[in-house]
Amino acid sequence: MVAIARKTKLSTGASLPVLLGIVAACIFLLVGSLSSTIFAQQTVAGLSQGAIFASLALALVLIYRATEVINFAQGELAMATTYIAYQLTLWGLGYWLAFFLTLVISFVIGLAVYGVLIRPVQHRSVIALVIITVGLFILIDGLVTWKWGADLKFMPAPFGNQVYHAGGVSFSRQDIGVLLVSILSVILLWILFQFTKLGLAMRAAALRPAAASLVGVRVDWMLAVGWGLAATLGAVAGLMTEPYVFLQPSMMQAVLLYAFAAAVLGGLESPAGSVIGGLAIGVFLNLIGQYVGFATSELRLPIAFAVLLVILLFKPTGLFGRRQVRRV
Amino acid sequence: MSTLLALEGVDARYGPIQALHGVTLSVDEGEIVAVLGANGAGKTTTLRAVSGTVRRTGTVAFDGRPLRGGAAETARKGIAHVPEGRGTFAELTVWENLRLGAYTRRASSDDFARVQQYFPWLEGRRAQQAGTLSGGEQQMLALARAFMQRPRLLLLDEPSLGLAPLLVTEIFRIIRELNEHEGLTVLVVEQNAHIALQLAQHAFVLEVGRVALSGPSAELQQHESIRRSYLGY
Amino acid sequence: MTRGLATRLGAIAVVAGLVVLLGATMTDYHRGLGAHVAIYFIAILGLNILIGYTGQISIGHGAFMAIGGYTTALMSNYHHTNLIATLPLAAAISFVCGIAVGIPALRLSGVYLALATFALAVSVPQLPLKWSKWTGGSNGIRTHTTPTNTWIYTVSWICAGLAFVAAWLLLRGRAGRAFRSIRDSELAAASSGVSLPIYKTLAFGVSAAFAGVAGALFVLVTNGYAQPNEFGVTLSLEILIGAAVAGLGSLYGTIAGALFVGLVPQISTSVPLIGTGHGQDVVFGFIVILIMLALPNGVAGLLGRLDSRFKSAIKSHSAAS
Repeated sequence: MVAIARKTKLSTGASLPVLLGIVAACIFLLVGSLSSTIFAQQTVAGLSQGAIFASLALALVLIYRATEVINFAQGELAMATTYIAYQLTLWGLGYWLAFFLTLVISFVIGLAVYGVLIRPVQHRSVIALVIITVGLFILIDGLVTWKWGADLKFMPAPFGNQVYHAGGVSFSRQDIGVLLVSILSVILLWILFQFTKLGLAMRAAALRPAAASLVGVRVDWMLAVGWGLAATLGAVAGLMTEPYVFLQPSMMQAVLLYAFAAAVLGGLESPAGSVIGGLAIGVFLNLIGQYVGFATSELRLPIAFAVLLVILLFKPTGLFGRRQVRRV
Repeated sequence: MSTLLALEGVDARYGPIQALHGVTLSVDEGEIVAVLGANGAGKTTTLRAVSGTVRRTGTVAFDGRPLRGGAAETARKGIAHVPEGRGTFAELTVWENLRLGAYTRRASSDDFARVQQYFPWLEGRRAQQAGTLSGGEQQMLALARAFMQRPRLLLLDEPSLGLAPLLVTEIFRIIRELNEHEGLTVLVVEQNAHIALQLAQHAFVLEVGRVALSGPSAELQQHESIRRSYLGY
Repeated sequence: MTRGLATRLGAIAVVAGLVVLLGATMTDYHRGLGAHVAIYFIAILGLNILIGYTGQISIGHGAFMAIGGYTTALMSNYHHTNLIATLPLAAAISFVCGIAVGIPALRLSGVYLALATFALAVSVPQLPLKWSKWTGGSNGIRTHTTPTNTWIYTVSWICAGLAFVAAWLLLRGRAGRAFRSIRDSELAAASSGVSLPIYKTLAFGVSAAFAGVAGALFVLVTNGYAQPNEFGVTLSLEILIGAAVAGLGSLYGTIAGALFVGLVPQISTSVPLIGTGHGQDVVFGFIVILIMLALPNGVAGLLGRLDSRFKSAIKSHSAAS
């Protein structure tokens, strides 16, 4: 048991108490779901929402680990790429073809953003980088509103509207589809990082750029790929958000906040932490919304803010923080 | 015996501070050459000038062709640099460190078998986090990692630093083996001149960024006045 | 009178003169624009005090503007309070809120504070939606009387002038010295006896008060409407950019920042290709990025000074884990 705990700490950075807490929470959710159909439904819905937060949070963490930049424009990039998918469907492409084509396009956009905007300033000024991502936020918002307008748009539903029933509980196909797609993309990314040469090189470039260069890793390219992958993850998050809130320029602003909270829960540097954090926040918000009368939907964002604040105040390194001082 | 590495009139600076002044040295293929000198003499900077990790002017020729570009390009040309601080990835496992060593090549299982020949203790330690290794083990991992690159030239920066004498002997033995059996050319920077001269055939002594003295190790070892003033023993 | 002081007084006189002259001769529409510039001026001034003088990053000042704006709208709507009288009230309430935010902010720095204030900017505009019975929800709430553009222009610029004087007085006094010492080195400031909690929180409160007044005027200039989507994240971001362009820590650069944020979006509506609607955001964002790429240290070169705080905040948080 201790050996398992130690091994998990090695890969996720979570300490034993945190692990126990997560196990306890899972048991709580399971028991609750078994005893109340509403609880089960909210949990599943919360998990699928949370999976979206998790994928965007992962994108944020990816970028932060690689380049130490908080990309305030991550949500807007995700939103923009979703609009691109929308445009592709308008031009006659089927939903899933547009989906995958958009993933490729967002990868390229991520590369471009890194190369043009981030790389030139990266070593000169951290604050300038913040302002640049802020400027990018505004630029993208403007571009999208200019090209497509601010009124609601709708994409074809990726998973249909069927509702399944199991043991008295109703699950929507959409929730399950969103959950699967989001988790799948996270898993694919994990496989990339853990088992491929490219993934290893990317990790090395993020951890110790100087040492990575010495073994022949082209660090700049690795960072660019990191941004590309983050943009792709963002596109997935955006496309999975669309079925719920539909297309509007502000669609990802709330998700961005939830993703920040999730990323911070993961200590900004632990990918596993941000994924678990995202799922946790999704479930938490739904359950609170269901069972605490005062907490209606308008308060979701302020609640997320409160959560973020509490984490930052009391455990800024998050539940999974373990990073030592980074050396070059 | 052809010249594998040649530096000519190399200057290097860190911002406004000039660390190397017109350094000229050469390393023949298959040789072990030592760069000696006191702290701050520019030994580390010399290695950095070769691997492209410091801004430099002057000529650095590798295998007859001028060497340009940064560290990644240099590594791809067949030069492995083990820097001070060893350049191991403490957060990654031993296995991952070795895989990174083979980054520029297509590593085969034969490669890993070869490495374990020279570093038998690696067996069974693959999953261990590199940062939890002892100092000596980390140094050897750094060496193994460099060997995985199958380089033609190995740049070593103070391999003996912080190690107990027994380990130092062990490491230098391995270096000599790699040189003799694998034909690896080595340029080693050392503060421990005594042991470096036992290993190397040739040595350059740096003083304040310039080559003050050079010659076959045997010669340098003989001259007592040279030993006293330049080598400290 | 020293040469420096004379130049500065001269510059102020020129600006004041221009304000009056333009105000008298401009069209009504342009007076509205001019009022916008004054409003941004006040908000940026406040943010400048916080970031430029005590080094605390806030991406959430739109939230304080919202608080000030809603104060004015609510007071005027429900109690028919005189519009001018709502201004000090907006300032006071925002001040208190600023202090309330400043206290937990003491424990955050750099990137984390930026994140927390960003979260503030996103979530505060949601609150009126929750209590829509009193605040009019997403439709917003209107003041009892709607002032003319001329009136607003005059009042805004008078407030801007007052704000400038207030900032100047504050910054040249003991508080100002304390702020500057905190920005340059918190450790050194604390060991010289400067009370970090008091001054840092004070800076938050003061800057929030400025934003609150700006927000109140903002509501007035938009026909008296206070609506949640006017105070969205973009507003906070724009003020931050204005402060950065102004040159954090430079009081006199503030007018440059205000002009930039107030006018560029408007001027760019006449840019041929992009023209109407949200083309202004495109041009604005584009220009901001260009400026940052070309001058990563900001217009007044002061951004670099804050860099080390930002970076070391990250490192020290990591090291503490």
